[in-house]
Amino acid sequence: MLSLEEVRRIAALARLELSPEEERLFAGQLSAVLAYVKQLEELDVSGVEPMTHALAAGEAPPLRPDEVRPGLPAERALAAAPARVGTCFQVPRIIE
Amino acid sequence: MSAELLDLDLRTLSEALAARRVSSREATAAALARIQATDGRVGAFLRVTGPQALAAAAASDERSARGTRLSPLDGVPLALKDIFLTEGVETTAGSRILEGYLPPYDAAVVERLRAAGAVLLGKLNMDEFAMGSSNENSGYGPCRNPWDLSRTPGGSSGGSAAALAARQAWGTLGTDTGGSIREPAAFCGVVGLKPTYGRVSRYGVIAFASSLDQPGPLARTVGDAAILLQAVAGRDERDMTSSARPVEDYLAGLEGGARGLRIGVPREWLAEGLDAGVEARVRQALGRYQALGATLVEVSLPHTRYGIAAYYLIAPAEASSNLARYDGVRFGQRAAARGLREMYQQTRARGFGAEPKRRIMLGTYALSAGYYDAYYLRAQKVRTLVRRDFDQAFARCDLVAGPVAPTVAFRLGEKGEDPLQMYLADVFTITANLAALPGLSVPCGLHPELALPVGLQLVGRPFDEATLLRAARALEREQPPLGPPPGLA
Repeated sequence: MLSLEEVRRIAALARLELSPEEERLFAGQLSAVLAYVKQLEELDVSGVEPMTHALAAGEAPPLRPDEVRPGLPAERALAAAPARVGTCFQVPRIIE
Repeated sequence: MSAELLDLDLRTLSEALAARRVSSREATAAALARIQATDGRVGAFLRVTGPQALAAAAASDERSARGTRLSPLDGVPLALKDIFLTEGVETTAGSRILEGYLPPYDAAVVERLRAAGAVLLGKLNMDEFAMGSSNENSGYGPCRNPWDLSRTPGGSSGGSAAALAARQAWGTLGTDTGGSIREPAAFCGVVGLKPTYGRVSRYGVIAFASSLDQPGPLARTVGDAAILLQAVAGRDERDMTSSARPVEDYLAGLEGGARGLRIGVPREWLAEGLDAGVEARVRQALGRYQALGATLVEVSLPHTRYGIAAYYLIAPAEASSNLARYDGVRFGQRAAARGLREMYQQTRARGFGAEPKRRIMLGTYALSAGYYDAYYLRAQKVRTLVRRDFDQAFARCDLVAGPVAPTVAFRLGEKGEDPLQMYLADVFTITANLAALPGLSVPCGLHPELALPVGLQLVGRPFDEATLLRAARALEREQPPLGPPPGLA
């Protein structure tokens, strides 16, 4: 069972602010999911390679020449920004 | 004419457009009127782009008049799950955190559909960030099943399936991470195809779990799904997992029949927990294949039941990483705050619904120091075992067949507040995503008591979509059409 303390630690890592109700709800629900995934421990995976990508056997991503190509122009990249200054994304002050 | 037009399948409409018996403007206007008349009850669309659709239709009609049609999709009204970026058209992935977001470019598949001359009607409802199996996790309200408006259309591509059943569009695109094309297709009585991982570009598709996500078509017939896949499949160097293999001609062998096919029946897919009416329809379909000259082979996929456990570690782990970008800096909503950290936390707290929060928490936990080996790494090893199951099965058969979901469409609210109950709906579909294989859902009749659609799932070898389509078409020819969904009568 996940403690409220652990739930708060994970939420802080994930940059999520949870209400006290959410903390209690997630402690219960996440504990249930973690109990369910415990069944993976029944399997002997010694000597089994992890599947670290989803390409079909023998497939490799074809490489292209490493050459400069135009990207999204700054104006378009900034168009959806909640706040901007010139050609920069604006964020709250982080250095006093 | 309008009602008859709406009942045509995509292929027949395409022929009528090419012969100029129907104009794209007529078809588009009929679809928009149908959406207007029915979508207040169904909720398949998050937004309808009527003026742009009619302008695209007019341009298509001019091409038809000049004899310069671009493709079989020229002038055909389609709609897109709201996970595909559309330049200048609001795209939210069903999340409030992206409310008002106007993408600066089109997804690769959207480029391809536009280049093919297709008319895009709008953006379709979905579970938030494709996380869900019922469309109830949408940040903009649920979508309902046209067969029974008290039931869900399935998810996460719920709008993509419901719009087809409601005769609002002639084809749609969805995405499938753990069954999100196939389950809604089954629940709504339409065809849904999740291609092999790497067959269709993920460029411009809002990411959920990048090693599992795959875009694909939903359609009213198998042939229509083949036409749509043909239009969107193929190499795109902006998606580094996009395959360079040549794309087959999916229509060429479509009518090849089932004779000689070896169809594997995984014993774990017809086991306890499967609804009796669903099992009856699946067994009936398997019997039809035998009658058509296919051979049924019993196979075993012993790691099926571990699939959900592995998936609910791998997918949330990838999601927790992918959803880190929603921090209020570059796009989407931003909460007012004094400092940077508070801005991140408040933006994410307000913008994300319960399911993304749950999965971000789960994924962050599984990847955090001290837990990585026990959870994420072990799940990746089990993923290898799931893939080996299929490799062994395909040594003895050409494809495997079984149910798409353990039940027919369930009622809104039926799974309640227990997320695990919802996750279990994906038990038969998740393994194809883990193994990166193509999977198709084709209607196989109505549930004997509930009169709701049942889907048969076919899973094939990597890049063997053609065999899945051929087998599904063979079954489609043998069974009566489902008819119009009574929920909208």
